[in-house]
Amino acid sequence: MAGFSDLAFQAAMAGYLIALICYGIEVASRRGLVPTAMEAASAQRVHLAKVGAAGSRATGSTVTGYTDADVDDELDDDDDDDDDRAALAPWGVRFGRAAVVVTVIGVLANLLSVVTRGIAAGRLPLGNMYEFVSMICLASVTCWLVVLAKNRAPGLRQLGLFVLIPVVILAFVAGTKLWIPAGPVPPSLNSYWKWIHVTTVSLSGSVLLVSGAASVLYVLRHRFDRKLSEMPDDEALATSVWSRMPSLPTLDKIAYRTAIVAFPVYTFAIIAGALWAEVAWGRYWGWDPKETVAFVSWVFYAGYLHARATSGWRGLRSAWINIIGFAAIVFNLFFVNMVVSGLHSYAGVG
Amino acid sequence: MSATDTTTVPSGGQVPPARRRVRPAIAFLRNTWRGLTSMRTALILLFLLALASLPGALLPQWSLNESKTSDYIAAHPFWGPLMNRLGFFEVFASPWYSAIYLLLFISLVGCLLPRTFEFARQIGARPVSTPRNLARMPLHAEYTVDGTAEQAADRAEATLRRKHWRVSRRTESGGVHTLSAEKGYLREVGNLVFHFSLLALLIAVAIGKLFGYEGSVIVQVGDPWCSSSTSSYDNFRPGLTVDGTDMTPFCLQIKDFQATWSPSGQALSFHTDVNYQAAAEAGGDSWHSARVQVNDPLRMAGERLYLLGHGYAPDVKVTFPNGDVRNYSTPFISNDPMLLSTGAIKVPDPPGVPADQLTQHQLAIAGLFAPTAAEHGGIMTSVYPAADKPGLAVDIYRGDLGMEGGRPQSVYAISQDQVDKGALVKLDRVNLYVGDSTTLDDGTVITFTGYHEWVSLQTSYDPGQTLALIAAILLLAGLMASLTIKRRRLWFRLLPPEAGSGAGDELRRTVVRVGGLARTDQAGYGAEFDEVSRWADDGTGSDTGTDEGTATADGTTGTTGSNTGTDGTAAERE
Ligand code: HEM
Repeated sequence: MAGFSDLAFQAAMAGYLIALICYGIEVASRRGLVPTAMEAASAQRVHLAKVGAAGSRATGSTVTGYTDADVDDELDDDDDDDDDRAALAPWGVRFGRAAVVVTVIGVLANLLSVVTRGIAAGRLPLGNMYEFVSMICLASVTCWLVVLAKNRAPGLRQLGLFVLIPVVILAFVAGTKLWIPAGPVPPSLNSYWKWIHVTTVSLSGSVLLVSGAASVLYVLRHRFDRKLSEMPDDEALATSVWSRMPSLPTLDKIAYRTAIVAFPVYTFAIIAGALWAEVAWGRYWGWDPKETVAFVSWVFYAGYLHARATSGWRGLRSAWINIIGFAAIVFNLFFVNMVVSGLHSYAGVG
Repeated sequence: MSATDTTTVPSGGQVPPARRRVRPAIAFLRNTWRGLTSMRTALILLFLLALASLPGALLPQWSLNESKTSDYIAAHPFWGPLMNRLGFFEVFASPWYSAIYLLLFISLVGCLLPRTFEFARQIGARPVSTPRNLARMPLHAEYTVDGTAEQAADRAEATLRRKHWRVSRRTESGGVHTLSAEKGYLREVGNLVFHFSLLALLIAVAIGKLFGYEGSVIVQVGDPWCSSSTSSYDNFRPGLTVDGTDMTPFCLQIKDFQATWSPSGQALSFHTDVNYQAAAEAGGDSWHSARVQVNDPLRMAGERLYLLGHGYAPDVKVTFPNGDVRNYSTPFISNDPMLLSTGAIKVPDPPGVPADQLTQHQLAIAGLFAPTAAEHGGIMTSVYPAADKPGLAVDIYRGDLGMEGGRPQSVYAISQDQVDKGALVKLDRVNLYVGDSTTLDDGTVITFTGYHEWVSLQTSYDPGQTLALIAAILLLAGLMASLTIKRRRLWFRLLPPEAGSGAGDELRRTVVRVGGLARTDQAGYGAEFDEVSRWADDGTGSDTGTDEGTATADGTTGTTGSNTGTDGTAAERE
């Protein structure tokens, strides 16, 4: 059973890698295509924000930006690529579709691997870092597929590239560096609060990965839009791959909506961790390095939500805050577990 | 903040000098207060808090690991002491850390109080009247229905009320009826609950820091132990107001310790069975029995008792040259999976030695205990954590243990300084199994007779803990309410046939104009709006408008959100 789980994990790894390549090919094939209206508006908005900074009050009402409702509409839009542009870049679109199919296959293999690993170990498969990271890959990619299925904004599929890059890295680190044989966990890790805690941490972390990926693309797209607004007539720029990425408001919405799903779960996970700490170590909070960095990332996500409600911090700045929040989670997972050791000894890594 | 706040003093000399100084001072205070309670300041303080927490994770901390911290300071002769003075090794008790979170919480209070009053006011108030131009709302629709405007308004109002919207009906000139409705007040309740819970959590933590304590102790299986004072513990960490005078003296008898291991030596479970007497019964004859396990503490009235670890204490019999026999059983500690343990048995007062010669004749037996011993070339290791074949691999020293000097030394090791100085001389290195003995040059016989097990226990007391749990639950509930519930507004304007314009006229039907606005994130209101906007419809309606969004220029362009955070959304701008 354990051997089968490892095989399935390798299949998942391969699936993710192939999907990543396919997403990459689709993105590359976008060069030379004309942006949609919303995508153009995205660039225009950055431009106007700059020009309008001086006289924003006066021009505020005449600017033709877009509303949240527009963004909702865009998120509901059917991806027009498959119809309108199929003629222009049929192979690129085909790779994009293939990427989604391979992603699904990869996620199924990943699921199989996680389930059989749990059966082999006779417990929830979240007892060491290998299993934890495997679960994160599974849940992140699942979350990505849900986002993709629920929102049909043009170009959204290309966000897949940015989701799969970290997933593939994580999967390879898990498969090569973190792997340990399936086995029981030490008694100190065997508490139901611990299982609740670890499950919710991995689930919320996975959704936050998708959120962070959207924000990374937001930052990149913002950079492109700014360049474009400086050189609006540059043909190569206007039709570069970036012009076909999802628009800024779409990315912002996706990042926000995933974050507000994940944030309460993450909050719950930290509370469950505190309950476990009370049961295991006699205090609910002790500023152990792991707890401290979890607190730091929580504060960053609280900051993200605040930033989105604070003028001057919306958009680019809040995207950065979201990215830093996720970086703190990754830091906690790898650096704190493996380098700074606290009470949170995770079975199986040195 | 408008500029008039700061330019308070009119030009000219009419203002008395004293007031001239006072008014800017007040203005300064007021501006400081406003600045402090603005959301932007809260945001910056949040990031400062995160930043300031990081050294607590990356640098060793006194409260977590004293030896690591002092090693670190010793290894960095310049930076170490400086950072120590600045509180970098005690981050969460440092003045700068406290300053940040206190400022943050002042900011929080300053922001919450007005928001609470504002919300209380809104609860009592009618939903805001219908804006003139509903077509400018982010969501809007227009259609016509049969019947009078009044009938349509009745219909919509009835449905709105049934669906728990708060509705206010008004009439405008020309027989125009309007309905303004609002829903989702719980969002604001959730938000306030969330933020107040943060305050409650801080208070709970403070209570724990003031009145709580933690003590840890190693007790041998079979021994009794009472928590009569702070000195009953090996290690005691009191809260700021705890001096140990009024501790509740509970007592324990450690009946046994059980561990199970997998064949490969991986630990599967630990537990210890104890008899205990809570404070009120201390000294009496009634004992309760309980099982304490890892992840399952014993909860008494106030204190909690935890099983943190366990280990072995080798039993050693020492027969001194003068014929005296003493038995020693000293805990050895381990962080090896197979429980290869290290420790030292110290004999500071060998019998039959004159007091002034004691420091030449003190004994130490220091080394390793292996529960299941195996030897490779004389080196003893442990191959299994259960005590199947106990072995003791020790060095035996005689001389001055160095215990009179001021510096406290570890009970698990001898002072290497004394060895280096030549004050403590190694006599022998032996590997012993149960029953084996070794004889020293002066005739002292050291016999390895067996082992005891010990458990390491921790007592915790935190009177703020329940409050912390309640605050955490409320925090989560408030957060979920504030993130899932949408505060949304809906307006109907029902124009009777005469007043209607455009499409409805020739059919002489009532024109229904609907506008909708979610006061925070618009996400998801669209679908609901499509439904609720039809509530004035009796089934005869036909669309004349669209529900496309219009230019409200949200986001970075041309708008500045409210600083106080009361309602920094598109809502109030239109
Ligand atoms: C102790 C630090 C604080 C934390 C951890 C915190 C956390 C949060 C969180 C997680 C939210 C999101 C809930 C939501 O979107 O409805 C929120 C919203 C909000 N917070 Fe705080 N807060 C803190 C301090 C403050 C302070 C000091 C202020 C006021 C100056 C403030 C004002 C607000 C406002 C106005 C919202 C609503 C934003 C919105 O509706 O999106 N918060 N806060």
